Amino acid sequence: MSTIQLLALSDAQNDLVQVLVEPLRETFQADVELAASPIDLTQFFDVKRGQFNSTAILHVIKNQLANRHRNLRFKTHATKVALGVTGADLFIPILTYVFGEAELNGSAAVVSYYRLQNERYALPANRTLLEQRLIKEAVHELGHVLGLLHCQSPECVMHSSSYVEDIDLKSSEFCRSCKTSLFPRRK
Amino acid sequence: MNKNDVGILIVDDELIVRDSLTKWFREDGFRTDSADCAASALRKLQISSWDIALVDIKMPGMDGIELLQRIKEHKKEMIIIIITAFASVDTAVKALKEGAYDYVTKPIDPDYLDHLIAKALNERSLVRENLRLRDAVSELSEKDEIIGESAETQHVLEMVQTVAPTDTTVMIRGESGTGKELIARAIHTHSKRKYFPIVTVNCGALTESLLESELFGHEKGAFTGAQYRRKGKVELADCGTLFLDEVGNISMKTQMDLLRVIETKQFMRVGGSEIIHSDFRVICATNRDLEAAVKDGSFREDLYFRLNVFAIPLPPLRARRGDIAKLAHYFLDKYAKQMGRAKHGFSPDAMHTLKAYDWPGNVRELENAIERAMVVSKSGAIEKEDLPVQVHAAMQPNGKRLEDIERKYIETVLRETGWNISRSAHVLDIDRVTLYHKIEKFGLKRNQ
Ligand SMILES: [Zn+2]
Ligand SMILES: [Zn+2]
Repeated sequence: MSTIQLLALSDAQNDLVQVLVEPLRETFQADVELAASPIDLTQFFDVKRGQFNSTAILHVIKNQLANRHRNLRFKTHATKVALGVTGADLFIPILTYVFGEAELNGSAAVVSYYRLQNERYALPANRTLLEQRLIKEAVHELGHVLGLLHCQSPECVMHSSSYVEDIDLKSSEFCRSCKTSLFPRRK
Repeated sequence: MNKNDVGILIVDDELIVRDSLTKWFREDGFRTDSADCAASALRKLQISSWDIALVDIKMPGMDGIELLQRIKEHKKEMIIIIITAFASVDTAVKALKEGAYDYVTKPIDPDYLDHLIAKALNERSLVRENLRLRDAVSELSEKDEIIGESAETQHVLEMVQTVAPTDTTVMIRGESGTGKELIARAIHTHSKRKYFPIVTVNCGALTESLLESELFGHEKGAFTGAQYRRKGKVELADCGTLFLDEVGNISMKTQMDLLRVIETKQFMRVGGSEIIHSDFRVICATNRDLEAAVKDGSFREDLYFRLNVFAIPLPPLRARRGDIAKLAHYFLDKYAKQMGRAKHGFSPDAMHTLKAYDWPGNVRELENAIERAMVVSKSGAIEKEDLPVQVHAAMQPNGKRLEDIERKYIETVLRETGWNISRSAHVLDIDRVTLYHKIEKFGLKRNQ
């Protein structure tokens, strides 16, 4: 992967998306392009659940990335991935919520900071904590895009966190074993 | 973990359910496949082996209950989890009677699903025995190495090694800044719980009601603003370690709650009625004189005995001066890396000063001093003057050590009051006995 396209989805707070640029560049040793996204989220709103369909959003991000490549006649498709960032509450139909979703071994992912905010759990807002959680989830989903599965090491960013404070227990970094599968040629 | 050895089969007529659950379990590392009807599921069961099946109760043709019965006839040990809509909980109860492991209602809470699968696998010991050591773990232990070669430090490390693999409750005692959390982490990392988290609760920093919510969590809607359920630290520590820092500072009521959860490993979230089980090991730390606290009634004796099973006393830094040089270099390295600055060690004078100082704030104070010195240092090496004032002032030959300052001050007050002990004690804000004690200690004489 040489470039990560970071998409601020229509509702996303720009300053929160901005927070991801450096950590992603550092972690994946890739260029990070920040772009506003023309994707209109309202079409993915599920009135009955009051949430947004993450799988559908993921598809649009993926198609848009593919189209752009076709238009620009890029032949480097596999080296560019896109990560959408949103403040909308995401779900996949069988689950009550997800923090994000990724195309395993693919090119697109989406993360939401909606449920990463302390305020949702009757706790005082904590900007630093929110940023850390968002970074971890973004790195985690991009890890899936690059083919990584969940990791047993409790401190590894690929450790599965289905609950918000589980996220706080892990670091934003890959463990040695995950790093080795990501960058096999490096040490 | 070789989750790859565990097969999960998803049986549902809805494509979107099959797709999303397949993906969910694949990301988790399980071998996963799906079937769109009971008949297809039975065929897949013949071809390869599956440990867990998630079965939708309502399917055209043969329904989930009938499939459950058919599977149980041949594969009694298989874990079958029924997926049902809210409306048909009655049917789900029937499924349990037929031998289903559990049921989940649509849509499924992802956290609940993860736990359900983990619990099922643990009970069938499919996974725990498969846990294999990964280099990730050795990396953990390398990262926060406890620095020191003095006999005192080696003794602490021996105790860590002795107690870590047992499930014994550990109480770490020591002044603040001696690295109690580091020791707790080392114990956890060398225990069989290392694949699960160590969860820290800073008991001293929270009010009684906040600490209660921090420990036990709350239910959705338990109070204003509680939009979602919140898991407490006790619950998060399931299968891992609960580290109670500053445990000496908690209120009587919380002591009671804590004692109960440590004894029963059960609790309820605030505003909840469901009994939650959590299997955790307790490590606690305190710098308080708990024995005195028990005597004066501010700490429960029963809780004290529960916690004080294996005590590890951490010596203050001034009692292990042999470690100061090594620690100083370790922190110099650390901050040089963090600040991207070349490091050139310490001048002999600076090192001498570091070794002579008493470090009332222990390792933490040393670390802060080095970090600060790195910031202000202009020359290649850290000089004595780069160290915080209280550190190098203590070394000044013209008598600026704290003790000297104290002696001079007492001397002055005594002279000014004409050696009136009561008045001097009043001015100094100490009692007369202490003052006599100091006069004797400093060898002060009236006509000096
Ligand atoms: Zn994941
Ligand atoms: Zn890992």
